[in-house]
Amino acid sequence: MDNLEQLQSSLIDRVASAADLESLEKLRVQALGKKGELTQRLKTLGSLSPEERKEAGQSLNKVKEAVNAAIETRRGTLEEAALEARLAEETVDVSLPARPAEMGRIHPISQTWEELVAIFGEMGFSVAEGPHIEDDFHNFTALNIPEEHPARQDMDTFYLRPAADGTRKVLRTHTSPVQIRTMLAEKPPIRIIVPGRTFRADHDATHSPMFHQVEGLVVDKTTHMGHLKGTLTAFCRAYFGVADLPLRFRPSYFPFTEPSAEVDIGCSREGGELKIGPGKDWLEILGCGMVHPKVLANCGIDPEEYQGFAFGMGIERIAMLKYGFPDLRIFYETDLRWLKHYGFVPLEQPSLVRGS
Amino acid sequence: MKFTLNWLKDHLETEASLREITDSLSMIGLEVEGVEDRAEALKAFTVAQVKEARQHPNADRLRVCIVDTGEQEVQVVCGAPNARSGMKGVFAPVGSYIPGTDMTLKAGKIRGEESNGMLVSEREMGLSDEHEGIIDLPEDAPLGAPFAAVAGLDDPVIEIAITPNRGDCLGVRGIARDLAAAGLGTLKALDSGPVEGSFESPIKWRRDLPADRQGACPYVAGRYFRGVKNGPSPKWLQDRLRAIGLRPISALVDITNYVTFDLNRPLHVFDADKVKGDVVMRFAEEGAEILALDGETYRLDGEMVAIHDDAGPEGIGGVMGGELSGCTEETQNVFLEVALFDPVMVAKTGRKLGIISDARYRFERGLDPQSAVWGVEVAARLVRELCGGETSHVVSAGELPDTQRQVSLRPERVRDLGGIEVPAERQKEILERLGFAVEGSNGALTVTPPSWRPDAEGEACLVEEVMRIHGYDHIPEVDLPRESYLPSAVLTPAQRRVSAARTALAWRGMMEGVTFSFVSEREAALFGGASQAMHLDNPISADLNVMRPTPLANLAVAAARNADRGYGDLALFEVGPQYHDDTPQGQATVAAGLRSGEEARRTWAAAPRPVDVFDAKGDAEAVLRACDAPVDKLQVTRDAAPWYHPGRSGVLRLGPKVLAQFGELHPRVLKALDVRGPAVAFEAFLDAVPLPRAGRQKPSLLELSAFQPVSRDFAFLVDEEVSAEKLLRAARGADKTLISDVSLFDVYQGKGVEPGKKSLAIAVTLQPRDATLTDQQIEVVAQRIVQQVTSATGGTLRG
Repeated sequence: MDNLEQLQSSLIDRVASAADLESLEKLRVQALGKKGELTQRLKTLGSLSPEERKEAGQSLNKVKEAVNAAIETRRGTLEEAALEARLAEETVDVSLPARPAEMGRIHPISQTWEELVAIFGEMGFSVAEGPHIEDDFHNFTALNIPEEHPARQDMDTFYLRPAADGTRKVLRTHTSPVQIRTMLAEKPPIRIIVPGRTFRADHDATHSPMFHQVEGLVVDKTTHMGHLKGTLTAFCRAYFGVADLPLRFRPSYFPFTEPSAEVDIGCSREGGELKIGPGKDWLEILGCGMVHPKVLANCGIDPEEYQGFAFGMGIERIAMLKYGFPDLRIFYETDLRWLKHYGFVPLEQPSLVRGS
Repeated sequence: MKFTLNWLKDHLETEASLREITDSLSMIGLEVEGVEDRAEALKAFTVAQVKEARQHPNADRLRVCIVDTGEQEVQVVCGAPNARSGMKGVFAPVGSYIPGTDMTLKAGKIRGEESNGMLVSEREMGLSDEHEGIIDLPEDAPLGAPFAAVAGLDDPVIEIAITPNRGDCLGVRGIARDLAAAGLGTLKALDSGPVEGSFESPIKWRRDLPADRQGACPYVAGRYFRGVKNGPSPKWLQDRLRAIGLRPISALVDITNYVTFDLNRPLHVFDADKVKGDVVMRFAEEGAEILALDGETYRLDGEMVAIHDDAGPEGIGGVMGGELSGCTEETQNVFLEVALFDPVMVAKTGRKLGIISDARYRFERGLDPQSAVWGVEVAARLVRELCGGETSHVVSAGELPDTQRQVSLRPERVRDLGGIEVPAERQKEILERLGFAVEGSNGALTVTPPSWRPDAEGEACLVEEVMRIHGYDHIPEVDLPRESYLPSAVLTPAQRRVSAARTALAWRGMMEGVTFSFVSEREAALFGGASQAMHLDNPISADLNVMRPTPLANLAVAAARNADRGYGDLALFEVGPQYHDDTPQGQATVAAGLRSGEEARRTWAAAPRPVDVFDAKGDAEAVLRACDAPVDKLQVTRDAAPWYHPGRSGVLRLGPKVLAQFGELHPRVLKALDVRGPAVAFEAFLDAVPLPRAGRQKPSLLELSAFQPVSRDFAFLVDEEVSAEKLLRAARGADKTLISDVSLFDVYQGKGVEPGKKSLAIAVTLQPRDATLTDQQIEVVAQRIVQQVTSATGGTLRG
């Protein structure tokens, strides 16, 4: 027995002092493996009498269990220590910057385009588009701007080289030719917005030879100027996010509308900073009016039966006002610094119901 | 259009303040662009008297003045040589701002003598460059009075924008009429009655126009003035002209300018002694030359009406008079021209000659034909008053055009079109105040527009007249009725694709640009060129003279520009138009993108990698996928456009349709545009991607297998020229039900592979559906794969 106790305590001592998992495993094999000391001893039990065998067996099993338990305990300790060591070794400088994964940006003009679609879409407008290279009829004549009309001269039109027959195509000076194309192709009721590129031969700090407009057109039997005011008021308030934004309609002139109006929104310029909302000043943002009877007639729509309104505004202008972009020309320069600063991350399409 | 408040009050009897007037102007459609209240700017400056001016004890050039401001006496040190006892001058007290020196006055001592204010020169007040001495006012200038009032500068200048339809408001009287109609006062009567003539004009008007072109100058009238004295015009007239930015010249010329701006009636005066024979209105000789009043010589053509005497053209009809027959200080006899011209003829003439004049501006907007009648009287009255002499009877040629017409107005149209209820009586009153004659009161009104309103053509015009005078502020805000409870789709599928393409590319880290639709011819030439038809006839500069053949041209230029600023590693894209011809079909929507430099920023975590053709291919595929193109079914061919590297570019095709091209940009293009390489690009042709069938597309039903997939690798040795696509296609086709994926994971050339060959290694995934695959089944498929690939590519399985 002494022998067995000695064996147990010696084994347990050795287990307890095993330096690492490898030597512990070696010890386990030495003690409990197929050729291990305790295993060997258990094998010798067969030569004993049943009584002795039972007693010796029980004693041996106790030793085995004790050694096993000691091994498991030690293993736990060693594993814990090994893990600690590994973790210590694996420590990194988490202040290192993450792997760059730059997201691109959406240009402010595109973003504004989407905002326009979101707001007017809620009011039942759909989006129409048309060619940038236009003919005289769609860009001028059908819109009641005859040749030599001062309004035509004021437009700084870009012309393409004359064709063999002497006619010159124009780069559309406004998005209004799409009104004509739509009215020629569709029967009223019509309710569209037309965002797109427009061109005028003018280049300075506040004019670009290419810019964007959005046109609106409603034609049906009952729409009047009150609807125009209601529509534009709702739009401006939603777009600028100012619920009590005042609008002012002033009489004006466009060849393709009558009556015509220019629309101002309220603002204040206190402290040199432009703030859009109720204030002392007004800021002109768009032109509009009731579609001129001649324009309707030019498109084969009877002005005695149908009427409606049209409006147009500069996309860059409303973007600059809303987001405070200071300079127009850099819009088109594809300057990475500007795009990154003023561009929009493509996470969400603008939407009224989502509040963006 | 500029005018002063007092000038307006010549025509408008009103008690309204400047503010009320300017607010009203804007709200009746005469948009105020600016008000210059010079009296306000000069408020601090008052008339003062120098009681005593004595030598400064410590400075030779300075004087110490005791100044009586009317309220008190103050001591001022003054350096002006003309400062003297008893004189009246202009005083600025301590605390006032001196515009000429941009300083605010402080009390102080100058060389030991106290100085409390300043006696000022014109330059110090910002009025002129005059700085010889302080202002010397007349003896009778009232002590303490504001200087602006004494100097006639207390008349605010108002500038308004006149829309092209309102030529009648290019005269102060027209503006006054509108204001009167809006309730701001009453329009004063104009003294335009006949001026008695005392002799027959020795010069007569004649018209010599073809029968079908009589309208070019339907009527002209004139008068002869004998023995006039043409000196400087009186101060009130000079002050007015100066206030609106005109330079006074002489009484006769100033009269013509004054009537132009006062009554919107351009006039011309000839020095009658320089006119040879009668004056004739006729089309100019082709190529005839005339020295005009602006000192320039112009070549006329046969479409321009000129005023001729026996010597040749003496004036350009409706545009500008001639220098040789113009009036000078010495002029004693004058012949007056008051004409009517066809607005279109004047506009064309002015445009062809490049002349912008006050006359042209008015004629091309349409004059009141009656002005040719009262114009001669008004002019005669002024000439007689300012220059004396005798006045002839009126001479004229042609007939006044009859512009009288009737327009009917149904009063309910103001409500139906304008959205405002305005009683018929009120409508009638507004129109009458504007000079329209109105008959009837129940039902439709019959309205006769006045001769000065050629713009009033139809009922809608009358609705506008009523509304603008009644006030647009009365227009209610009415919601547009919904056509349906929920809005329907706003965008067409093609429009949605543009959004989707943008979003997909931005997600791939690319920055969206919006660039001009035009480029330079040279840039276009690098990208396929622009046809003759795509050249602008009047480009704004040579850099922007053709329509772009692809947005890629602009992106490449932008890349070079950014690199010059130190941003050479970039990824740009644009979804926009390209132009092939001038028809609507010649414009296509393209998503183009360009990457240059290194793919990722230099970082500690990974080695940077230069961009390559597969970045561009990935971009192109991403766009096409975003646009619902069947990207897995596309074929790649090697025939990309010549602006790509011929060996490192490709075209993505769906059957015969080209959906995109991609590749490294050709080194020649990079060099020409100074783009730092490497640079890769793509163009995806969104319009070429087939639209999905209408209706909601359901995805195919997903079958989830309960059995584990098996993956096997194969390496094939093939000829260098064999495309990977061919090999992959063959492998995929080996067993369409069992093979769920084939991916290429290695391309190898070098040691162990003979020259001219390459090794392509693929991983094939087999997805069983009904039972776990046996080794034997796998072996069968593997053999099929090898067999298919070798027969398709001529390659061999690598041992």
